[in-house]
Amino acid sequence: MNLLNDFSPGLFIMQAVILLILIVLMRKFAWKPILQSLNDREKGIEDALKEAENARKEFQNLKADNERIINEARAERDAMLKEARQMKEVMITEAKTEAQAEADKIVAQAHASIESEKKAAIAELKNQVAELSVEIAEKVVRKELSSKERQMELVESMLGDVTIN
Amino acid sequence: MKVFHNALIKSVVFLLLLTGLSTFAKDSENGTKGDPVNTQEEITDYIKHHLQDSHDFILYTDGETGHHVGFPLPVILWDDGLKVFSSSKFHHGETVAEVDGNYYKLYHGKIYKTDAEGTLNMDEHDHPTNKRPLDFSITKSVVGMLLVGLLMLLGFSALARGYKKGPVPTGFSRVLEPLVIYVRDEIARPNIGEKKYRKYMGFLLTVFFFIWIANLLGLTPLGFNITGQIAVTVCLAIFTFIIVQFSGNKDYWQHIFWMPGVPVPMKIILMPIEILGILTKPFSLLIRLFANITAGHFVVMSLIALMITMKVQFGAVGSTSISLLLSTFITLIELLVAFLQAYIFTMLSALFIGMAVEEHHHDHAHDAEGHGMEDNKVI
Repeated sequence: MNLLNDFSPGLFIMQAVILLILIVLMRKFAWKPILQSLNDREKGIEDALKEAENARKEFQNLKADNERIINEARAERDAMLKEARQMKEVMITEAKTEAQAEADKIVAQAHASIESEKKAAIAELKNQVAELSVEIAEKVVRKELSSKERQMELVESMLGDVTIN
Repeated sequence: MKVFHNALIKSVVFLLLLTGLSTFAKDSENGTKGDPVNTQEEITDYIKHHLQDSHDFILYTDGETGHHVGFPLPVILWDDGLKVFSSSKFHHGETVAEVDGNYYKLYHGKIYKTDAEGTLNMDEHDHPTNKRPLDFSITKSVVGMLLVGLLMLLGFSALARGYKKGPVPTGFSRVLEPLVIYVRDEIARPNIGEKKYRKYMGFLLTVFFFIWIANLLGLTPLGFNITGQIAVTVCLAIFTFIIVQFSGNKDYWQHIFWMPGVPVPMKIILMPIEILGILTKPFSLLIRLFANITAGHFVVMSLIALMITMKVQFGAVGSTSISLLLSTFITLIELLVAFLQAYIFTMLSALFIGMAVEEHHHDHAHDAEGHGMEDNKVI
């Protein structure tokens, strides 16, 4: 086969024209929009994957945060409970001591007042006894000293007492 | 719009199937009537005739009556003015066509200017020495190209429009999309490089699908042989050649005319080799595609012809089954070759473009040609 003889310049030109037009048309109506859409889609997928990854990380962070917050809250609660317990104990002890002190004070006061009352009572008793004694003595003396002999007798006895003393 | 579009695609496919089937049917009818193509020479002639471009679209020929079934195609000649007429005027090369006082004769698929009697002056190689007017006819191959173009436009514009509805294509577009992605990710990106590949996608994709669909059309019973026309492959290779030369950067030309990193005498020796290399690259492209497709058609047709040539040795049933088995097998391989040749042409075009636009790292890129290519792959 003779290749040069088979070569048809007309067909060559037709092919060149058709190919050129085809390239232009295909670029405009097919390749450009197709490649653009493919690119957009691939970019979209990539972005979506990245976003998902980010969301996952964020979720992880959130979870860690939550855990941390829960732990903190728990610790705080524990601390608060502990503090409350301590405070309760302190308060109880304080109350106890205060009560003791108060009680002691009351008892002491009671003692004191009893003492003073007793003293007062004794003093009064003494006074009354003295008064009673004086009254009795007055009555006795009046009765005794109603006669001369009796007066003398008393003086004598008294004198006799003085000497004995 | 969509419905119309679908209907159009379906009718084209249906038409293809129908014409294919009808040719088969007619062929077998032909056989019972007494096949005219039954000697070795006739078969060789028949195959040669098929491999050539033709000015009419013949689906089959009745050997007994010499009646051709098919349709004529418009002939467009440039011979001191545009001459347009139907190829039916040639009566398949049997008569001389007279247009505006000029006489043209169709001889072995080519149009020669002649006289009223249709005399052709033959040289010693049996080639006519008559003047050949520039032939822009809508030949069978041109019809095939237009069909390929139409199929591509319909298919891929449907894919492009599909993206307006949603990011994932549906229907047939789902088949086309991975092919586009394949060309982009396996051919353009690795060979040209991430930064520059976009500019060449229009050419690479168009050429890839053009060659592939043209190759596939060649395997249908319609009998197209588009990529087996040397003019077609020359044109494709020249496109690659022009694009490569216009994309060539400073480094590319420097490596051709004054190879850096080698002694001066070597530079002088390398210059003509590199200049030759510019031309051999597209030449290898055009010859590879042409030879593969031509050989494929030749082998398939020869194996089909075994049905006739082996009839004496194996009988009608035997030869037919051998022919059927072998031609089926080879046709399957040809399906692969159809893709492979489209892939290789596009891949090598991308590779040559990649070599032309490659940015060299001047400290280590010049020790070997292969090294530069490796660099390219890494990018």
